[in-house]
Amino acid sequence: MSAATVTEEARQDAPEPPEAAKPRRGRGRFVPYWLLLPGLLWLIVFFALPMIYQASTSIQQGSLEDGFKVTWHFATYWDALSEYWPQFVRSVAYAACATVLCLLLGYPLAYLIAFRAGRWRNLVLILVIAPFFTSFLIRTLAWKTILADGGPVVGTLNSLHILDVTTWLGITEGHRILATPLAVVCGLTYNFLPFMILPLYTSLERIDGRLHEAAGDLYASPGTTFRKVTFPLSMPGVVSGTLLTFIPAAGDYVNADLLGSTDTRMIGNVIQTQFLRILDYPTAAALSFILMAAILAMVTFYIRRAGTEDLV
Amino acid sequence: MEQYEPDLSPAQLAAMRRSLRNARARSAPFSMSRRSLLRASAGGALAVGGLAGLTGCGIPAAGKTQGGAPSTDHSAEEKVINFSNWTEYIDLSDDEKHHPTLEAFTKRTGIKVNYTEDINDNNEFFGKIKPMLAGGQDTGRDLMVLTDWLAARLIRYGWVQKLDPSLLPHAYTNLAAQFRNPDWDPGRAYSYPWQGIATVVAYNTKATGGKKITSVSQLLDDPSLRGKVGMLQEMRDTVGMTLLDMGKDPGSFKADDFDAAIARVQKAVDKKQIRRFTGNDYISDLSKGDLAACLAWAGDIVQLQADNPHVQFAIPDAGYLSSTDNMLIPNKARHQSNAERLMDYYYEPPVAAELAAWINYVTPLDTDIIKPELAKIDKDVANNPLIVPDKAMSAKAHAFRSLSAKEDSAFEEKFAKLTGA
Repeated sequence: MSAATVTEEARQDAPEPPEAAKPRRGRGRFVPYWLLLPGLLWLIVFFALPMIYQASTSIQQGSLEDGFKVTWHFATYWDALSEYWPQFVRSVAYAACATVLCLLLGYPLAYLIAFRAGRWRNLVLILVIAPFFTSFLIRTLAWKTILADGGPVVGTLNSLHILDVTTWLGITEGHRILATPLAVVCGLTYNFLPFMILPLYTSLERIDGRLHEAAGDLYASPGTTFRKVTFPLSMPGVVSGTLLTFIPAAGDYVNADLLGSTDTRMIGNVIQTQFLRILDYPTAAALSFILMAAILAMVTFYIRRAGTEDLV
Repeated sequence: MEQYEPDLSPAQLAAMRRSLRNARARSAPFSMSRRSLLRASAGGALAVGGLAGLTGCGIPAAGKTQGGAPSTDHSAEEKVINFSNWTEYIDLSDDEKHHPTLEAFTKRTGIKVNYTEDINDNNEFFGKIKPMLAGGQDTGRDLMVLTDWLAARLIRYGWVQKLDPSLLPHAYTNLAAQFRNPDWDPGRAYSYPWQGIATVVAYNTKATGGKKITSVSQLLDDPSLRGKVGMLQEMRDTVGMTLLDMGKDPGSFKADDFDAAIARVQKAVDKKQIRRFTGNDYISDLSKGDLAACLAWAGDIVQLQADNPHVQFAIPDAGYLSSTDNMLIPNKARHQSNAERLMDYYYEPPVAAELAAWINYVTPLDTDIIKPELAKIDKDVANNPLIVPDKAMSAKAHAFRSLSAKEDSAFEEKFAKLTGA
């Protein structure tokens, strides 16, 4: 490499504000765009094009027989929303319940792995990820066996009269768990739990242990230390964990399909039915967009409240 | 003006003239070029990154995309068939690696069969092959097995090839009368059944406490079954069986009758009688007893009974719903005549008997022809009315009438609401 190119490159790499502010000359001007190209192409092919296609589908009218044509029929959105709002509300509610449950179950575990696991840490982490080695579907179906009506879980809960309480609360039905809202929420919680634990673990693991000692030196009780030091420092993990759990859970349809009943169908089921059974592609596309918009709005609101400083 | 004479061989000219005589093919060259132009302009608009791109999409009308004229048949030089079927729907050797009937076919004809079990659900499979068929492309399949209502839809759209009867002598002779003239393919010009399906009532005596469940009314009303009843996610099975129970014929019902049947099932859903609407997964639920009784496909039940003696079935007095899974050759298939030879092969009585004895669904061959062959393999199977329907059984069979595209969508939507959307 000649000395000239080295200096040329060095000049470009150096973060010198006055230099950068000046208009660049020659091929250097396009370098940032070339560097962006792979990412941009990826975004265009896998995000922008499908989105445009979907947006177009949502404002079309027609049938498979006569073809679908773009008629700018925005009423589809309103019709879809007024018809299927209960499923939207249900999806959000189930996903929110599952996220809270994931946080309650996942936080202690992540805490344990980060601070108490010692040399077992890697093993426990692998155990957290291990369920991913089998198919999502198989794992969900396994819950049908675990929660079977005549199975030991339901039997125990019944003899403890816990199912009477949940039935009174309206989340189970007649001494069973399967085919009730509780089963769907449990399935969602189980399936998305690792997405909560892993980000929680990474942000907990980064906390300097000396901060705990310092808190102790300043006469903070363990509870206060957790409240004032550990939890605030783990907030990035909490935020990304809840997002990674809530977003896919709200769009999930497998759990509702396999573990649920007619009154637990989520919006993912509706979209699937519209697309594959009824062949009403515009309504399916409109529902997808409404779901996306709703999630985006909720997530934006949440991030505004919780803060995004160094997420991940 | 002098007529333009293209410089082509006589054979090519003949082929062109033939395609011009076909009404559907006539508009194809023009619409194709205009559409591709539209598509190209849509691409340009996309590059500008504008809203204009939205109009460029759209799905062309089905059945007008291509001529339905058969594509070039490569059967002679490529001795291959690409065969797509449902899972566990063919005979299997003891080591679960070979399909004896297929291997015998290859041995006899030298045609290799690439057998793929990639059909799990009619709707899903339709979603998978639709873009290719609508675009007039090869699906990579020469033979596929689809349930009658979907077969009807593909035939209506012109997406499957007409069969050559001269290659199907066994199929023509041996097909049972019950399956000869479905209203969607009279005389079987496009399809031949792979197997027949009987939708019946099944129950687990352990879960019902020994009680026999023999009618759809009982499924929908019996309070002892509350929360333990399964219905099928296939609209035609659930609604068809309910229609029969209400004394209506699923072969000729009106829209009002359909609504009444939906309302009848809705009442059962509302009082929490019905636990779930299921696909094939009712099998494990019924076996475990989570479902005490349900609508079921007879073939599954025959197989299930071998493992679980508590599972019983009943053919309601009101009748049962009979349907078929059909072999079809999609457009642009490369090996049509190979596929037709395979179709015919499965109508040879010894082969059909071997298949029926293994998979336990309703054999599509005429009873008198198949029964002696089956008896040679397994007497019990030959005498099982669920596999070889006897006279009484055939008399109770009812097919669901074919629906127009409009009815299809409207009925599916009403049914989807019933199942929770």
